[in-house]
Amino acid sequence: MTALAVRFRFARSGYGKVGLAGSLFLLALIVIGPFFAPHDPAGIVGIPLQRPTGEFLLGTDGLGRDVLSRILWGGRSIVGLAVLATALAYLVGASIGLLAGYTRSIVDPLLMRAMDVLLAVPPLLFLLVLATGAGRSLVVLVLGVATVHVPSIARIVRAATQEVAVRGYVEAAVARGERTAAVLRREILPNVLGTVLADAGIRLTASILILASVNFLGLGRQPPAADWALMISENRGGITLQPWAVAVPALLIAFLTVAVNLVADAVARSLGTSTDRKRVAR
Amino acid sequence: MTELVGPELAVVDVPSRRRHPLAGFVLRRVAAGVATHFVVSILLFVGTNVLPGDVASAVLGRDSTPAGLAAIRTELHLNRPAPERYWNWLSGFVQGNLGSSVASQAVSGQPTPISGLIGDRIRNTAVLALFTVALLVPLSIGFGVFSAMRAGRPVDHAITAISLGLISLPEFVTGTLLVLLVAQWLGLLPGVSLIPIGETVFSHVSILVLPVLTLLAASLAQTTRMVRAGMLEVLRSDYVEWARLSGHRERDVVLRYALRNALAPTVQVIALNVQWLVGGIVVTEYVFGYPGIGQALVQAVSARDVPYVLSVGMLIAIVYIALNVLADLLVVLLVPKLRTAQ
Repeated sequence: MTALAVRFRFARSGYGKVGLAGSLFLLALIVIGPFFAPHDPAGIVGIPLQRPTGEFLLGTDGLGRDVLSRILWGGRSIVGLAVLATALAYLVGASIGLLAGYTRSIVDPLLMRAMDVLLAVPPLLFLLVLATGAGRSLVVLVLGVATVHVPSIARIVRAATQEVAVRGYVEAAVARGERTAAVLRREILPNVLGTVLADAGIRLTASILILASVNFLGLGRQPPAADWALMISENRGGITLQPWAVAVPALLIAFLTVAVNLVADAVARSLGTSTDRKRVAR
Repeated sequence: MTELVGPELAVVDVPSRRRHPLAGFVLRRVAAGVATHFVVSILLFVGTNVLPGDVASAVLGRDSTPAGLAAIRTELHLNRPAPERYWNWLSGFVQGNLGSSVASQAVSGQPTPISGLIGDRIRNTAVLALFTVALLVPLSIGFGVFSAMRAGRPVDHAITAISLGLISLPEFVTGTLLVLLVAQWLGLLPGVSLIPIGETVFSHVSILVLPVLTLLAASLAQTTRMVRAGMLEVLRSDYVEWARLSGHRERDVVLRYALRNALAPTVQVIALNVQWLVGGIVVTEYVFGYPGIGQALVQAVSARDVPYVLSVGMLIAIVYIALNVLADLLVVLLVPKLRTAQ
């Protein structure tokens, strides 16, 4: 079996195919959508709370901004920030896991007990506490979401590292006099990467979920930013007059999370690693 | 052989002195939970108090005057060193003194004790959570077992597809879509879950329907999938095969033989899902404007009301950690093998 076949085996399952098609469609909408926006997403262009008309295909929101334009712009932040947070989580989590798994000193238990404490805080509470202490900033939000994932990634990497660290080629590298950093990067990391990345998709789904939730609570991106989750909370007040301004972003977030999760699930299954998938962040 | 006789004799001789074999485990697990909560309290305090950002001016916003700022700083003891503030706060919390809400002080001019603000809210949240769990447990076991019994058939595929869809929906999206569909379009139930002042949730049970459905969507999907997986594993085991070959009816095989062994992992799954509900409740209460502890938390965070956030955060953390300990204890109670492994 070639590497490519392994990589695309997940697409063989029906759910995987549906998820992949949906994800690609939404990704296209998010990336090239803004170029087709008929109006300025932040500009007040019409009478507030209009139902869909010829000029405003999805109507206007409570301030008279074009809903369609805001929809076309509003997916970027959710996906972009989620990818950023997940990548950051892997960078930090993998580093901690490698270090804890390879070292045989007091550093290992110290790091892992710190991870245990983080696991004992509900992720949303953790983010809300950060928002209280440090204010509403996107940097803090991304760092917070990344931190939520770090303990579980570190645990998996640590276990995989401990398994790999006793193998012959690692001992050979140590005997050659390679520095620890080189051993970790060249000998251990490539051999634990598969296990580690198997549930990357599941973590990405979780990042999208929690980022969108925090944005909805009004503690992430701030008005007048165009963001699907923020649009839902902004337009809830006018739901009787203009339900489209709430329904469309809600459905898009639903499609996005379901599609990404179907792909993530199929990938995890095809790699045969995480059968007991957990909801990582709720 | 002597081992078989020994314990019996011992029980006859000193019935009360022998500690129950589980007592040690329970004690250790509870102690670990308390220790974890202590460390979490430090984390919460550092998160709200030590991070950069002037809380006093954030609370007052544009209305800040030097005198107002000084009053808030004194109220929060912001001029004292952090470890001393932490100790004062923690010892107060342990004695039931939750401090005062800074944001309501900024509005009303005098300190409002938090304990007076959250009593009703705790009850409301407890009602919402209990309703959800009371439906979650039987429904997830029912759907999971049913789906596993019909594995590979259309019904099973339907349950799997629906749960795969629901599992990844954020609560605020489920809630919003339910409001649009049920309250807005069909006009059946209230879209907001307000409780008039002076009345309780029990006189307005209809306001609970949509929040409970919202909370059930993701957790039921998750739990059903795990119950199904556990049940399938047991149904494929040798002793179930033997029971079938002996001519027992399939219903008896499932309910009398398989379910017992599938139940132990299921209990842990359910306990974990109840734990995950903690985050969901915060968002769901906010979606429906339900006057519970989660809505209070979000409001307090928006106002950067540090003492309020800390108190509510501590309470939520206690429930979260307690559920974790409970999950561990239940599993050990249900799987005797694990007791000796400890």
